[in-house]
Amino acid sequence: MSDWVEACATGDIDEEDVMRFDHGGRTFAIYRSPDDEFFATDGLCTHEKVHLADGLVMDDIIECPKHNGRFNYKTGDARGAPVCVNLKTYPVKVDAGKVLIRIG
Amino acid sequence: MAGGMLIIGAGECGGRAALALRDLDYQGPVTLVGDEPHLPYERPPLSKDAMASDAPEIKAIASDAILAEKSIRHIHSVQAVAIDRAAHTVRLSDGSVLPYDKLLLATGSTPRKLPMPGLGAHCVYLRTFADALAIRAHLTPGNRIAIIGGGFIGLELAAAARKLGAAVTVIEAQPRILMRGVPAEIAEIIHDTHVAEGVDILCGDGIASIADDGRQVRTTLAGGREIVADLAIIGIGAVPVTGLAAEAGLTIDNGIAVDAELRSSDPDIFAAGDCCSFPLAVYGGRRVRLEAWRNAQEQGALAARNMLGAGEAHAAVPWFWSDQYGLSLQIAGLSDEGSSTVRRDLGDGAFILFHLAEDGRLVAASGIGPGNAVARDIRLAEMLIGKQAKPAPEALGSQDVKLKSLLAA
Repeated sequence: MSDWVEACATGDIDEEDVMRFDHGGRTFAIYRSPDDEFFATDGLCTHEKVHLADGLVMDDIIECPKHNGRFNYKTGDARGAPVCVNLKTYPVKVDAGKVLIRIG
Repeated sequence: MAGGMLIIGAGECGGRAALALRDLDYQGPVTLVGDEPHLPYERPPLSKDAMASDAPEIKAIASDAILAEKSIRHIHSVQAVAIDRAAHTVRLSDGSVLPYDKLLLATGSTPRKLPMPGLGAHCVYLRTFADALAIRAHLTPGNRIAIIGGGFIGLELAAAARKLGAAVTVIEAQPRILMRGVPAEIAEIIHDTHVAEGVDILCGDGIASIADDGRQVRTTLAGGREIVADLAIIGIGAVPVTGLAAEAGLTIDNGIAVDAELRSSDPDIFAAGDCCSFPLAVYGGRRVRLEAWRNAQEQGALAARNMLGAGEAHAAVPWFWSDQYGLSLQIAGLSDEGSSTVRRDLGDGAFILFHLAEDGRLVAASGIGPGNAVARDIRLAEMLIGKQAKPAPEALGSQDVKLKSLLAA
């Protein structure tokens, strides 16, 4: 079965930015890198369940808006205190101007 | 190097320092000494989420398993009573003596005591998890809570108490709440939100007397007004815990005085977090002491690096936040460094005040809004402050100009 879900249009997110996407009772964060690639992770910080989409994207890092926990949004790797649990990532593809993510 | 690294104080700062030493691959002994019975834990929730929940829980910085895995020896429920600088040892309240090669004092701060007679068992302070549990038991529907001091701790507790249905009066001697470090424009929004949520705020009237008769607390203001409460919570600031350092002859200056590398007047003793005063590079070395979670965390990690010889100077910009009801406030920098402000509206009532020095440098940014609406721009402002940037006021004030674009300039 195909579980690709349309999250947004490519033009909805600026380069080096992030937006929130809610689907099926879950929340995700969709990123557009400075190199114009798209990525997706779980939407909540692993430290205190804060929505990462309110945070700042710099290069390949998303920083939690509350306590500055940092993750590499391409790999999900936690990058130091206060976060120690990695972020789950999801496959992304772009098709006809739409950003699709596969939520397994 | 038999003594290893000894850390006195097992809060955010000490806990982070211990973890950082291991992350830096230090192989010698790491010992963390705390006077509370708990694992190192985060204090910010004590006046926020933990207080509003039915069963407050500790948010530990590291589990027993992590401490064991990293060979961090955690000695709890004891106090450090004396440092022997010549012998490089610290004596604890249980009589034991611990050696050190490098010592970190992360002793934190303690609530400033209200210097008045008449205080009793129903007049309390908030610092520890045990304090939080004791206060939480009184936050029940209809119970009358008097909060003495309109600072962050008091206001966050007021919000939690209202959420739980208690009747809350905040007493502030100054003309308005949050006099220290928060612009009037933002304090007014917080004030109005509390009033809309049913909090009675009394400003500009000092306390003449307090009488705790064992059942209730009667507070009489200078103007004659009386407030009767089932519990009085006193939140009038904090003082650094410096006794151990002072008795050891270390220099004290509004906290344990350290240099930019967090080293005290003894080269083998460092201090970090709430207990120390340090030169803030971004304001030309102005000596400050910060009582903030992120500072404790960052300085703990910096002290760890410098205990291992990194020689790295502190370079961070002060930052803190407060949550009350659905509002979140964030401040980067010290607004008293500024001489003018520029306002930037972000929509949904959220806005940021940028504080500029006379020479045009951005020195602070204060933001408030629902949820985390101001977070991203405050973070960018913090970076601009760190760079001592002089952004054009018109650019800061215009929503059409992205703050991120100013960073590259």
